Amino acid sequence: MFRNQYDTDVTTWSPTGRLFQVEYAMEAVKQGSAAIGLRSRSHVVLACVNKAQSELSSHQRKIFKVDDHIGVAIAGLTADGRVLSRYMRSESINHSFTYESPLPVGRLVVHLADKAQVCTQRSWKRPYGVGLLVGGLDESGAHLYYNCPSGNYFEYQAFAIGSRSQAAKTYLERRFESFGDSSREDLIKDAILAVRETLQGETLKSSLCTVSILGVDEPFHFLDQEAIQKVIDTFEKVPEEDEGEGEADEGEAEAAAAAPAEQGGGAGAGDQDVAPMEM
Amino acid sequence: REETSDRERGRGAIGVSEKMTFTIPIENGNGVKNAEADSQRTLYPYVTGTSVVAIKYKDGILMASDMGGSYGSTLRYKNIERMKAIGKHSLLGASGEISDFQEILRYLDELMLNDNMWDDGNSLGPKEVHNYLTRVMYNRRNKFNPLWNTLVLGGVKNGEKYLGMVSMIGVSFEDNHVATGFGNHLARPILRDEWREDLSFEEGVKLLEKCMRVLLYRDRSAINKLQIAKMTEEGVTVSEPYSLKTFWDFKAFTNPTVGAEGSW
Repeated sequence: MFRNQYDTDVTTWSPTGRLFQVEYAMEAVKQGSAAIGLRSRSHVVLACVNKAQSELSSHQRKIFKVDDHIGVAIAGLTADGRVLSRYMRSESINHSFTYESPLPVGRLVVHLADKAQVCTQRSWKRPYGVGLLVGGLDESGAHLYYNCPSGNYFEYQAFAIGSRSQAAKTYLERRFESFGDSSREDLIKDAILAVRETLQGETLKSSLCTVSILGVDEPFHFLDQEAIQKVIDTFEKVPEEDEGEGEADEGEAEAAAAAPAEQGGGAGAGDQDVAPMEM
Repeated sequence: REETSDRERGRGAIGVSEKMTFTIPIENGNGVKNAEADSQRTLYPYVTGTSVVAIKYKDGILMASDMGGSYGSTLRYKNIERMKAIGKHSLLGASGEISDFQEILRYLDELMLNDNMWDDGNSLGPKEVHNYLTRVMYNRRNKFNPLWNTLVLGGVKNGEKYLGMVSMIGVSFEDNHVATGFGNHLARPILRDEWREDLSFEEGVKLLEKCMRVLLYRDRSAINKLQIAKMTEEGVTVSEPYSLKTFWDFKAFTNPTVGAEGSW
């Protein structure tokens, strides 16, 4: 995207009917480190890559618990993400207090989307620079939504956002049809494999990723390091033996690495280009 | 002074049996303001309904109430429906001030309308409505301006039966059988002895009629015209009004003071 006369203000339309400031906000999401979500009929898994700014610092939190039955993973300006998570927690707890019942996730994402839309129609505000993968339960089962800075929201079976997410999306596109009936364990394994795709060659270690899960009869919680490492060990340790998975996965990883998507190339080439606001 | 005349007015007014003096001394020196402020709060009920009795049974909930609205000691209105369906899953029965019940129905109408407008496959069930009402009643009580009702909320959603009660001061709980007003004293002892899990519809109705008959004999604000409402997974139905058979020729009724202490 190039600079033009219509991109200074969020309240200025371009002659082709675009709001450039909103589109620039969506670019910020693509600069953040990857976040992945997938769901079965009864569970939702959210996973993300832990990127620390330097070796001295710890990594930023990108997955938040909103309620026992809702979790959110963010990519983009983490400060904006933190504020929106606090809003989501507030909405959820207010609903629980009044109705003694969990807020259906479908209603929460609409509140969130409406909040984001306001920022696209006020001259004194700017759009939130964060994409949210909201996973949660309601009466009809498990759901995964993606909320965009534009105020749109979409429901997904599986999705990935942030830098090098195209690699993860390619992997998920191949496998998503089986997710609906996946067991909890298979869903976690697929999430971790998708995270591996975004690392593009870097060895997958449990310290590099955070995985969380929620489901019917399972409140939102993070998986601890050992649990993640155990899953990684099932496919990383002996790639030659595990023919059905190991080789196929290695092949996929190479194919994905060979053709980096435009954001993958851009962000990968210069992590120095990543704005300091984002991890 | 304004305050004394308020109190006097309260005491003599209609002779309402449930009347409570509800004047709060407000020290602000301006007598006129007190009267205005007081006239904004609910001090006592005017047109009231009497007991509501409800039980859980095998397929859902059964609720009974009569159709009377008393104006103090006068049985003035004889066609008031004190039970109304709320959405697809719940039924609300009320005793106490009828106008406050109608106000609550307006609140719930708005609540259910907004719930339906979401059009997303989620819906507010009896538990959610009960808790919403608890919040409303308790908040009004905290402002010293109560909705003068005791509410019974029952329903079935996704196979789960729910029966709860909220009072005018915000006391709220769930149970297998509930009653309001005189029903607490006359009906619940019967229910405690005779209620069981998995009553059939006929057994449930018979049990409720037994309670309502006792209330009819012993509660002066009860009238012999009642409705029974049924809630199951399929939905809510409120019966047509009907009367109970009564027997007034018991010897004790024909000559009540015979054998009484101090009589001859």
